[in-house]
Amino acid sequence: MDHEFSADEETLKDIASELTRFEIKRSNVIPILQMIQERHAYLAPEAIRMVAEHLGMAACEVYGVATFYNQFRFQPPGKHQIKVCLGTACHVKGGDIILENFERKLGISEGQTTPDREFSIDRVACVGCCALAPVAIVDETVYGKVAPSKVEGLILGFEIEKEKEERRKQRDESN
Amino acid sequence: MMVKIIVDNQEIEAEEGTTVLKACLDNGIYVPNLCFLESMTNPPASCRMCLVEIEGEKGPIPSCTIEVREGMVIRTETAPVRRLQRSALRLLLSVHEVDCAACPANKKCELQRLSKFLKVGLKPKGFELLLKEAKRDDEHPFLDYHPNRCIVCGKCVHVCQTTHGRPFLTFAKRGFNTTISTFGEKDATKIPCPTCMACVEICPVAALTVKTDPQ
Repeated sequence: MDHEFSADEETLKDIASELTRFEIKRSNVIPILQMIQERHAYLAPEAIRMVAEHLGMAACEVYGVATFYNQFRFQPPGKHQIKVCLGTACHVKGGDIILENFERKLGISEGQTTPDREFSIDRVACVGCCALAPVAIVDETVYGKVAPSKVEGLILGFEIEKEKEERRKQRDESN
Repeated sequence: MMVKIIVDNQEIEAEEGTTVLKACLDNGIYVPNLCFLESMTNPPASCRMCLVEIEGEKGPIPSCTIEVREGMVIRTETAPVRRLQRSALRLLLSVHEVDCAACPANKKCELQRLSKFLKVGLKPKGFELLLKEAKRDDEHPFLDYHPNRCIVCGKCVHVCQTTHGRPFLTFAKRGFNTTISTFGEKDATKIPCPTCMACVEICPVAALTVKTDPQ
């Protein structure tokens, strides 16, 4: 299976206290999952087990329901969120190639997060600037006319930035 | 009460309330089927194999969802029925890894049986072969799951649910990505699987197998 992103103590405590607001009936499973995702951005495996226990369901049933819907994610959004447009114009201009580039470069698939939680990749359908196709959005910045070389450069930029920050930290600590 | 129905010009008797599919099977009339189990109160009719034509009904309908009625006239081998069954089988085979020699279900596989019965080659042309990347899911402490063998008939989910009151495996994801998932209990001492294995026994295509070296 994919890398598992465990939830921390605090998150689980929060979920436990929120769960008490929900009546114990199976039809509450989706509202509960939505609540968890809204508060904690994704559904950790422990969270799914807690929901199952609360509702007296099997954990795999809850997991089955959750995986049926696109709205739920099982990995936390990365520090840098990459969204690749696959709308009509971007599709025609090879958006799928750009998506594949990001996926290969980061070693994850669409909807996933790198184990270090630095990057996550999602696909979106049209961001409204079709003239710039193919488009990718990284964090809040829109990148137009993306080419494989640009993907390389973008990720490299972030890696350099991270390296710099770490060195700065080390320097501060030694001072 | 027994009711009389006519299947392929042959009169048969069946208990009121049984499904047309069961009535046929009980009387030695084979109707292709993959997802039907007698113990199901609400058959999913998802495999689209058990189609028959019933006089007075528009087009072929799945016989597992229809109860017998006195005087029903049923035909199981008309051209439209066979055409739909062949298409359904071809679609199933288009997401199935055909490697019979290496498969433990070889010679007792439902797909092989249907392929022979419906005269559809095991590697039919026309549909693109769509296989999943993962050949095997070995998450579970006692079971291995082979997604490219699985036909998602749901028999394992049903027997697990009925045997244990709550399932230890279910469908996960959707569409072509649908798989059987054993998400949940990791503690091997809390899983009843070693003494059960009902899912492995019921699987028509050996998509669930017993782990040879349990952890």
